[in-house]
Amino acid sequence: MSTTTAPDREAPAGERLADWADGRLGLYALAKTNMRKIFPDHWSFMLGEVSLYSFIIIILTGVYLTLFFHPSMNEVVYHGSYVPLQGIRMSEAFNSTVNISFDVRGGLLIRQIHHWAALIFLAAMFVHMMRVFFTGAFRKPREVNWLFGFLLFVLGMFTGFTGYSLPDDLLSGTGVRFMEGAILSVPVVGTYLSMFLFGGEFPGGDFVARFYSIHILLLPGIMLGLVAAHLILVFFHKHTQFAAPGRTEKNVVGMPLLPIYMAKAGGFFFLVFGLIAIVAAIATINPIWAIGPYRPDQVSTGAQPDWYMGFSEGLIRVMPGWEINFAGHTLVLGVFIPLVIFPLVLAAIAVYPFLEAWVTGDRREHHIADRPRNAPTRTGFGAAWISWYFILLVGGGNDIWATHFHLSINNITWFVRIAFFVVPVLVFIATKRVCMGLQRRDAEKVLHGRESGVIKRLPHGEFVEVHTPLNQAERFKLTAHEQYQPLEVGEAVDENGVERKLPRGEKLRARLSKGYYGEGNQIPKPTAEEYKEITSGHGHH
Amino acid sequence: MKKLSARRRHPLAAVVVLLLALAATGGLYAAFAPADKAQADTSAQSLAIDEGKKLYDVGCASCHGTGGQGSSEGPSLVGVGAAAVDFQVGTGRMPAQQPGPQIEKKRVQYNQKQIDLLAAYVASLGAGPAIPTSQEYNPAGSDVAKGGELFRTNCTQCHNFSGEGGALTNGKFAPDLEGASAKHIYEAMQTGPQNMPSFPDTTMPTKQKQQIIAYIHTINSSKSSTPGGLKLGGLGPVSEGLFAWIFGLGALIAVTVWIAAHTAKAKKS
Amino acid sequence: MSQDTPPEEKLPSEQTHGPLARGEEDPFADPGLPPHLPRIQDIDERAAKRSERTVALLFVISMLATIAFIASYVAFPIDKIVYIFPFGHVSILNFALGITLGIALFCIGAGAVHWARTLMSDREVPDDRHAIESPPEVRAKVMQDFSEGVAESGFGRRKLIRNTLFGAMALVPLSGVMLLRDLGPLPEKKLRATMWAKGKQLINMNTKQPLRPEDVAVGSLTFAMPDGLKETDEDFQEQIAKAALMIVRIQPDEIKDKRELDWSHQGIVAYSKICTHVGCPISLYEQQTHHVLCPCHQSTFDLSDGAKVIFGPAGHPLPQLRIGVNGQGNLEALGDFDQPVGPAFWERG
Repeated sequence: MSTTTAPDREAPAGERLADWADGRLGLYALAKTNMRKIFPDHWSFMLGEVSLYSFIIIILTGVYLTLFFHPSMNEVVYHGSYVPLQGIRMSEAFNSTVNISFDVRGGLLIRQIHHWAALIFLAAMFVHMMRVFFTGAFRKPREVNWLFGFLLFVLGMFTGFTGYSLPDDLLSGTGVRFMEGAILSVPVVGTYLSMFLFGGEFPGGDFVARFYSIHILLLPGIMLGLVAAHLILVFFHKHTQFAAPGRTEKNVVGMPLLPIYMAKAGGFFFLVFGLIAIVAAIATINPIWAIGPYRPDQVSTGAQPDWYMGFSEGLIRVMPGWEINFAGHTLVLGVFIPLVIFPLVLAAIAVYPFLEAWVTGDRREHHIADRPRNAPTRTGFGAAWISWYFILLVGGGNDIWATHFHLSINNITWFVRIAFFVVPVLVFIATKRVCMGLQRRDAEKVLHGRESGVIKRLPHGEFVEVHTPLNQAERFKLTAHEQYQPLEVGEAVDENGVERKLPRGEKLRARLSKGYYGEGNQIPKPTAEEYKEITSGHGHH
Repeated sequence: MKKLSARRRHPLAAVVVLLLALAATGGLYAAFAPADKAQADTSAQSLAIDEGKKLYDVGCASCHGTGGQGSSEGPSLVGVGAAAVDFQVGTGRMPAQQPGPQIEKKRVQYNQKQIDLLAAYVASLGAGPAIPTSQEYNPAGSDVAKGGELFRTNCTQCHNFSGEGGALTNGKFAPDLEGASAKHIYEAMQTGPQNMPSFPDTTMPTKQKQQIIAYIHTINSSKSSTPGGLKLGGLGPVSEGLFAWIFGLGALIAVTVWIAAHTAKAKKS
Repeated sequence: MSQDTPPEEKLPSEQTHGPLARGEEDPFADPGLPPHLPRIQDIDERAAKRSERTVALLFVISMLATIAFIASYVAFPIDKIVYIFPFGHVSILNFALGITLGIALFCIGAGAVHWARTLMSDREVPDDRHAIESPPEVRAKVMQDFSEGVAESGFGRRKLIRNTLFGAMALVPLSGVMLLRDLGPLPEKKLRATMWAKGKQLINMNTKQPLRPEDVAVGSLTFAMPDGLKETDEDFQEQIAKAALMIVRIQPDEIKDKRELDWSHQGIVAYSKICTHVGCPISLYEQQTHHVLCPCHQSTFDLSDGAKVIFGPAGHPLPQLRIGVNGQGNLEALGDFDQPVGPAFWERG
């Protein structure tokens, strides 16, 4: 709207505001591409939203908690309203957390929402990550976003751990003590790191304040940036979709952001918040008043971290106590090895997309999500990883399993020690077989149709079950997936009998490729010719 | 291609899988179930109070020996004191029913009068702690907060911060304290049943025991308040994590399924 | 690896299902988007009205729940405990606030989703994807711009500037690292010594009185701290983190380790309560087996055999404190621990 040509009629206020903003922010160009952005509908595509919303809930409730929490380790004597603690010495951090729970109206609720949302946040990220993994949604062009998501999961773990430690209660203090022990095990610099982290000897008077700034500023700040980048990339790449009629690599089919996803996703935020509020209303979490304030000479049995740190607890519990002494130095392998394996467990899943890309050598974009059965080796690997993670979780809770299932803690520990190596292999093999069985069933369904349950007797006396043929859409759906051919490196000797020089990497790659796509590692999908041959016959098999 | 996965649909496949699963479950349980047998309490000497001895000869002598001297099946009772008998028999742990890593509490087999007679007989075998009077164990009016601190110093390492119990080595465990009477808690501290160490009056005076009992009754009885809602077993992060996954994430996934489901279509007419 | 892409024919081509004779129809071809079917609400105005009313009802419930939230906040005292099945004896304020807030939020969400599902258009539409990769012209232009820019800066040509810039950039973060130095003191010998010293009496943690040998019965468990340490001391936490002591009495003939017996007083042995694995206060003492278990990671030590590790991740025995009896008949330390207590570390040796 220029100043020279006056508009015939005044535009509505909303429009004028939008014009104003567009003139300064270029809003319309942004809205043009995004306002009617298409999102495909599938329940599993909303797991990331659960993570996002619980993250927002954590920030909202966290800000409220900072209004009352005192991140200080100064010792005070409790005089609040919870009788079983009156007169007990505790840090200000613990004191203020008890006050939030018993002397701030609604404080307990917000604390519980904050903590429940944190557990759910991590759980939702885990499930979301597994959804992306099993559908191959990490493939080009989404590898960077996979890494962003992975980083969010790892940072979420540490943000959770630092937050769990803030109240300075007996349980979290035990966790911090463990952390001190783990840091001390680091060769050469361990004692220095520990002194610097705790400002002197454990527990010192500093760690709560230090963890506080890490918990409320440093880590959430980085996470917020990553979340923004993660979402921008989701918009930019457009969402993946499952194969179905009309859905190709070149399009995305679904409903538009405005109004459907505005309502569905916006509404979903309230649903997530509402459900977490109800969980916080009915179930206690981290009752620090019952756990008591931290003292380095006290401990409670069943000392566990929150679930997302449970696998590291498992590692540390089942490790044998190896210690090497040499030349006046101690190498604390019993603690240091788990400390090294801890990031490796996580890295194993994080780098997988790059391994798969290298094996296939596929540089095309992929926007159709795989059904897990159609990538048996990947699915087997993912299931094996989950079983590995789960075995460690069992190890981390071995004392609770022991008491609740009347088992011996020593036997559980031995089980985990062995299962750590054995179970992932078994799960890999079993999962791959199940996937191929399902592939085979799909192929049969395409070629012979669905079992109708109707038995027919043929003139010569044979009984057959009538199969209902699939329609075109169903046939398409079951055959839309791509199948790679294994990579061949060719003969080891060329036609002149001279040994060919192959880089070792290439040989490994060919072997892996065969393991992925070679005979017996995937079921070839039916061809049009097979189909014609069968359907032109008698219609039964 | 007669791969294993191709025979998956054989009519007997389900039966085979079921059998395998059952065998695996049973085998696993057998492998994990603790194998050690419990030993019971020790200490020794003898004498006799008639009535108690009669009861003793019928119910206890087969394991603890005719004179309470103990046998391979049960420890000597000389010097364990009346308090130990009152605790063991009064909580149903004795007479022991089945071997296991530790003798567990069950329905009480004797009435209080019979227990007192047994206790008198065993006390006569050798000097030991007497059954506490209600004046000794009654926690009324004790400082609960002080009891909490003592509880965290002396008890939580085995019995957990809310007295829920916890695991010990090779299948042994510290029991849940819910429902334990003041007298039995007092006696347990006094005598150290089975593998529990004792906390005699010399290192933990009567008054402190009362404070601990007061604290246990405040936090772990059927009337204890859990202001935040469900206690989730009072076990800490393991049960919280399970609850977050099953009910928290479970409910949210149910919601995602609802949001993404297709709305019912009108029938084509 | 210059040639790490497999030949094109190894990659599956999109949407083909094997060779087909010319003119034949592919039985697996994509039939295209199915036609849109109307919902009940699309054709039946009464159904649509019903949906509308449901959505509005949900929003109204949300409003009422918010009012109930405010009412609960005002009405319920913070310390009121009420029995609610099956949750137990809970704070009525927490319960009421949480449930009303939950309903208020949930109903907004449920209303919005129901609205979207039943009344907004559910027509699925395709949207084209465009390659993420930039077209070759764009790529060429960017490369050209970049080389021009670099050339104009003289970055590649003026090596002196380039190298000194790298040097400066590499050094400047060191200031930040330096500033971290005062996060804490150097370790020195801090982890090697505790408060225990010759002549320090063992103080019972429960009674705060000196322990006497006759107080400690066989099968009992007692915790002790050094004389002179008070809970009100500024460094109480740091001191007790190292000095905490576990006292048990074992029949001398049951003690298998000779040094342990020597360092005991008539079977009364004093061990560090701090686990040698990662420092949990270990004290799950089984009086019949003399095993002591750590509740954190299940390291198990045999207190009748020099506190040897018999299970779990700890790497060395619990340090024993040598004790005796002083002139007043109280238990006293005969020196500090002979080795650092708690978790092992590099300099421990």
